[in-house]
Amino acid sequence: MSSVDPSLSIANPQPKNTDSIQKLGLALAGLGILVLFLSWGNAKIPASIGLPVALLGILIGTTIYSVRLYLNQPEGIKNNGVWFNSLTNRGVLGWVAGIVLTGFYVLLYWFPEYIGFKASGNEGFVALFDPLSMFFKGKPASQWFLYGTLYTLCITALGIKFLLKYRHNRYQFIRTLVVIASQLFLAYLIPEILAGLNYNDATNASGEYLGYFNTDLKNTWPLDYDFFYDWQLEAFQQEAYQPVGILYLIIGIAMFLVVTPVITYYVGKRWYCSWICGCGGLAETAGDPFRHLSSKKLSAWKLERWLIHGVMVFVFIMTAATIYGYFWNTGEVFGLNIYKNFQQPYGFLIGATFSGVIGVGFYPMLGNRVWCRFGCPMAGYMGIIQRFKSRFRITTNGGQCISCGNCSTYCEQGIDVRAYAQKGQNIVRASCVGCGICSAVCPRGVLKLENGPEAGRTDLPPIIIGNESIKVAE
Amino acid sequence: MQHIVIIGNGISGITTARHIRKKSDHRITVISAETDHFYSRTALMYIYMGHMKFEHTKPYEDWFWSNNRIELKRGYVEKVDTNNKSLTFADGTNMQYDKLVLATGSKSNKFGWPGQDLKAVQGLYNYQDLQNMEEYTKDISRAVVVGGGLIGIEMAEMLLSRNIPVTFLVREGSFWNNVLPDEESEMVNRHIREHHVDLRLGTELKEILADEEGRARAVITGEGEEIPCQFVGLTAGVSPNIGFLEGSGIEINRGIMVDPYLETNIKDVYAAGDCAEFREPNGERRPIEQVWYTGRMMGEALAETICNKQTKYNPGHWFNSAKFFDIEYQTYGWVWAKAKEKENDFYWEHEGGKICLRLRWDKDSGRLLGVNNFGFRLRHHAFDKWFKEGRTVQFVLEHLKDANFDPEFYKAYEQQIVDKFNAENGTSISPKKKSWKRILELVSN
Repeated sequence: MSSVDPSLSIANPQPKNTDSIQKLGLALAGLGILVLFLSWGNAKIPASIGLPVALLGILIGTTIYSVRLYLNQPEGIKNNGVWFNSLTNRGVLGWVAGIVLTGFYVLLYWFPEYIGFKASGNEGFVALFDPLSMFFKGKPASQWFLYGTLYTLCITALGIKFLLKYRHNRYQFIRTLVVIASQLFLAYLIPEILAGLNYNDATNASGEYLGYFNTDLKNTWPLDYDFFYDWQLEAFQQEAYQPVGILYLIIGIAMFLVVTPVITYYVGKRWYCSWICGCGGLAETAGDPFRHLSSKKLSAWKLERWLIHGVMVFVFIMTAATIYGYFWNTGEVFGLNIYKNFQQPYGFLIGATFSGVIGVGFYPMLGNRVWCRFGCPMAGYMGIIQRFKSRFRITTNGGQCISCGNCSTYCEQGIDVRAYAQKGQNIVRASCVGCGICSAVCPRGVLKLENGPEAGRTDLPPIIIGNESIKVAE
Repeated sequence: MQHIVIIGNGISGITTARHIRKKSDHRITVISAETDHFYSRTALMYIYMGHMKFEHTKPYEDWFWSNNRIELKRGYVEKVDTNNKSLTFADGTNMQYDKLVLATGSKSNKFGWPGQDLKAVQGLYNYQDLQNMEEYTKDISRAVVVGGGLIGIEMAEMLLSRNIPVTFLVREGSFWNNVLPDEESEMVNRHIREHHVDLRLGTELKEILADEEGRARAVITGEGEEIPCQFVGLTAGVSPNIGFLEGSGIEINRGIMVDPYLETNIKDVYAAGDCAEFREPNGERRPIEQVWYTGRMMGEALAETICNKQTKYNPGHWFNSAKFFDIEYQTYGWVWAKAKEKENDFYWEHEGGKICLRLRWDKDSGRLLGVNNFGFRLRHHAFDKWFKEGRTVQFVLEHLKDANFDPEFYKAYEQQIVDKFNAENGTSISPKKKSWKRILELVSN
């Protein structure tokens, strides 16, 4: 099919009438983004003015725009023109967005001085965030503070847009409220407040740095791969951080040993992947316009199984070496240097390159769940539980499937949902993150995410119901 | 090993081919003039609307066919010679068959309207129609859609997705009112208007006017009103696509005449799907069934007949579904536009006017006969089994929560529904809590 006019809009390529209020919203958000770029270019904008203009401009601007866009139309699925839009169809805008995002991650991870993070004192982009960092914890921003703030902003602003887009769907609505709240409180506000209260990331009176530990409760090992690194284990036990430090250590261990398998048994891995996880949160909100770009080919599924389980084995081995090193107080295992041979390669290849640069930078090319599908060891771990020992499934509604392909197309995890639905088979797949979009876009009411008895969960019915021609031998 | 040749790569032909392959080692060839590969016809609208690309509408990857030794042939069959078991293609080549399956689908109806063959006047059935629609709806300021049925409302939705204003001419007094009871039909009317379609009920097409280049420029309605437009969608139903069979000796009426085994009057020639017409209709079903699901079921039965043993096409209880803009519709069993004499009727509508339920049951026995549900989802397994077990309307209402198929956290309306039913019928039914045990029993047919 030939395309229609390309458009700059993410949400709807052809908003019927972009009214003046919508334009005002766009202008506000645009101004916010402009301030970010100007500060990056070291323009002399006082951070105390520039930062609120940028953050509030983007938040309020996108909200105004989305409210006007979606509330002016009847409730329902809003996928018109998705495959005609340059941004969401791997067009010019998609490439530009991909390159900017990828570039940003490269600078963030390996060249933070180019965004203004300097030992001699912050400049430019990072310096813009100094007032907020000072407010929370009385010290200047790091590149990670900038990243965390923008990350939370993206999930909040684009989460609000998602809420409006799917306001007819209570599963989507409630899920997205939880996504926003998890990021805002668990990942952002609570950790920053704890640091502000000197329970983490603190320096004592004599100027000695007391260490840092992960205070994002839901950022669980093995996703949080450095949980057992010696500096982190030391920080958990740092006297000045008690009782918070030990509490986080205990909760962290309980999360992957007990909480994760138990909840995953009852509701599937969705409780984590599409409800509270930070990576998942960004994918479901900022990444939503790109969900249809995931590959549904069988070959992609085969690659996925090797990659995700490969990463999982890698993180297990790396962590085992790390823990051995910690308790036996050695830097080597079997003559191999633990840092050089295990931690550093994992951190570089998986922690930074895969989950950050490719995971988010390639949204506009490969879809919004590249990391979650092909890399995340936490997803791999829960996937095995979900596939073999869980009550979760997507139930297919008898013979009602018309094989249209909306479910498969909009599956961010690249599951060929239709292949199951048209056979009348439940969908039980390790990779399903339970976002519920297949069920939402189905025009015939065929798919239902639910938790139920395990018996017969994966059975393939011998014949689709509705047809009495074929009698199945008893 | 025989050579089974199937003309038509839609749902009927492809289901036949797939099931023959599952059951046998026959050589299978599927012929299509439309596309290289099977795609879901029901998804054409989503390609135009930009929800999917053509490739997404293909239920199987392209390697599937050679992997399963199903040969695909792109070509148009012009002539069927049943004496020599030979097909002649438009390019003059021939193909021999041992058994022939005709699954050629439908073509859009045209009822002799003046101007019906102009440029930018078309139906929407096949991929070529979609390509034409793409071409003829570029930069236009209004389209007129004629025909108040499923394809008509889809076409209106498609055009609106491109911001093309639509005038929708419906001959009946209300949308699809020959199938939908008044209240449901009225609900859809309201929803069509909510989407800013210029809906003209009780309005017929009289004539389509041409510009100098032979392209539609306006329509004239039955009342004589001229509506300027640059595209006209003709969606007044479809009929079997069987023109090429004339003179073949295969018996034809409106469709290809078949017995319950989907056999035509000629040995080793079968027909399935939209193009088949049953000599003896199945119960209340129409002699020609133009539905995705029935096409699939005919294919399943026919493969059995060809491979194993004579198997009657025996569809179970009727079911169907559709989506009218944002409102989903499912139906199980028979709900006629007007209740029959021996039928009782119950209708509940949500205050928001976008969700409703209708039940029909037998006056004497109380057995449920049919259900229409709009704006919420019901479990196929539940109703299929309840019909088979001859359950009463009371039983169904009592167990309605088992049948709810809406996503989690959705508001449920069973109590409201049952309250209204009790008030109208003097009953005292109370809906039971959802039971997984019962649901699994429903599914284990």
